[in-house]
Amino acid sequence: MADNTNLTTSQRNIMKFDPKDHEIALSTEDLHVFYGKTEGISEGDLQFERYKISALIGPSGSGKSTYLRSLNRMNDRIATVKGKIMYRGLDINSDAIDVYEMRRHIGMVFQRPNPFAKSIYENIAFALRQRGMNKKQDLDEIVERSLRQAAMWDQVKDDLNKSALALSGGQQQRLCIARAIAIKPDILLLDEPASALDPVSTSQIEDTLLELKQNYTIIIVTHNMQQASRISDYTAFFNLGKVLEYAETGDIFTNPKVDLTNDYISGNFG
Amino acid sequence: MNAKRIDKIATGVLYAIAAFVVIILVALLGYILVQGVPEISWHFLTSPALSFEAGGGIGIQLFNSFYLLFLALLISLPISLGAGIYLNEYAPQNTITGLIRTTIEILSSLPSVVVGLFGYLFFVVQFKLGFSILSGAFALTVFNLPILTRSIEEALANISNDQREAGYALGLSRWETVTKIVVPAALPSIITGVVLSAGRIFGEAAALIYTAGQSAPALNFHDWNPFNISSPLSPMRPAETLAVHIWKINSEGIMPDAKAVSAGASAVLIIAVLLFNFLARWLGKRLYKHLTAE
Repeated sequence: MADNTNLTTSQRNIMKFDPKDHEIALSTEDLHVFYGKTEGISEGDLQFERYKISALIGPSGSGKSTYLRSLNRMNDRIATVKGKIMYRGLDINSDAIDVYEMRRHIGMVFQRPNPFAKSIYENIAFALRQRGMNKKQDLDEIVERSLRQAAMWDQVKDDLNKSALALSGGQQQRLCIARAIAIKPDILLLDEPASALDPVSTSQIEDTLLELKQNYTIIIVTHNMQQASRISDYTAFFNLGKVLEYAETGDIFTNPKVDLTNDYISGNFG
Repeated sequence: MNAKRIDKIATGVLYAIAAFVVIILVALLGYILVQGVPEISWHFLTSPALSFEAGGGIGIQLFNSFYLLFLALLISLPISLGAGIYLNEYAPQNTITGLIRTTIEILSSLPSVVVGLFGYLFFVVQFKLGFSILSGAFALTVFNLPILTRSIEEALANISNDQREAGYALGLSRWETVTKIVVPAALPSIITGVVLSAGRIFGEAAALIYTAGQSAPALNFHDWNPFNISSPLSPMRPAETLAVHIWKINSEGIMPDAKAVSAGASAVLIIAVLLFNFLARWLGKRLYKHLTAE
């Protein structure tokens, strides 16, 4: 096997968008994440185009989840994040940002489905009600629309008052997606959303994401390279806390510029 | 000896130990119930105690026990809830939090008679509350706080972190997430903890002898104004509870039927504590079912 150690520092290929042709929804500049004194991520510089799906791939421990969780500051109180995260001209990694408001624009779905111990209806309506939306008619409408967008309305429309915990894993995860899009974020972050699901549920989730792409910017961490190649427009390859390659998904999988990317996608390590 | 044989012997010994524990419990409960249950009647449960004649009841003591329990929970539950939420949701993991946890542990292992004497000096004498329900309720609070705080903290700790992250990801603040998501999800085990601690408070005697007092003045059950001293709701009146009453008649009771009253009162106490335990299990299971599937 080839000796990769010096490649990790020297070889990188990060695509930058031309702002004239591509609308940037989110970008990071010089992002560093520290767990105590240990550095988890160094220099994650990426741009994410609006209404596209960008996939983050890489071996376990490569920092892709850490990077994703930094984007809507889910790492606050867990790690120290330095650098800029630019969203609509604002650095959302600054202290002046209202984190709670920001997360309404940048929503997240997690690896393990985590519905609340509430009814299906309440899972979606709850956060809206907390922000002052109390009209039953409005709530009903949003619940229905979100569940339709997550492709599960027909399965649960008669059971809206049943506990969400009684749903199957795949349905729970789609409920989590519905819950996240109900508050109408701009950007949806997904942290290996299908890794705990069976193949049928996985492909349903993928269909849902392709559907959602029309209205949302999606950034997804995945372990599954087939999944990345099936649904994403752009792919970033992470290794040892660094982004080594970021390009159009087709290029990454057919013609990677960095040797390590090639090794990873051809299954030589990871 | 071979391994199989040793295993058989060990299994036998363990069975014997388990059986021994069960037999002690059953014998104790059986004895108290067999002795006491025949004494229990409606009259016994509702009439006041008599000091010199036979035929007295435990009505006032029973009421006192429940009222004191209610007041003690009223004071200790909000404090424990706050402390439990702070320790599990807000406190950073550092020396100070560690110190708080150790303090709580020490507090929970204080002998109840020490709590009673402390209550006597602090609430009865220093704060001039006298032998009163209020002094008793405060002493029981001291007794109950550490255990309740601990059980609430554990109940919250058992809620998966995924639930908190789900709340944060929806733009909810930490306070909203704790109060609207984590606490409701932990409610079944919190309620179980509260009811179990209620059973402990209900049977407590030593902490009350010098705080709530050993006398049960006659109550006027038609007067529900808490500011009148003869009202059942008055927090300033002395109030002998059921457990204290049992201790009292066994040490200095001079009524001719002291033995019978003691047996009856013990049976009522045991039944009440058992009911609290069953109630805790039942409520916890029911709420859990209600939350997970309908």
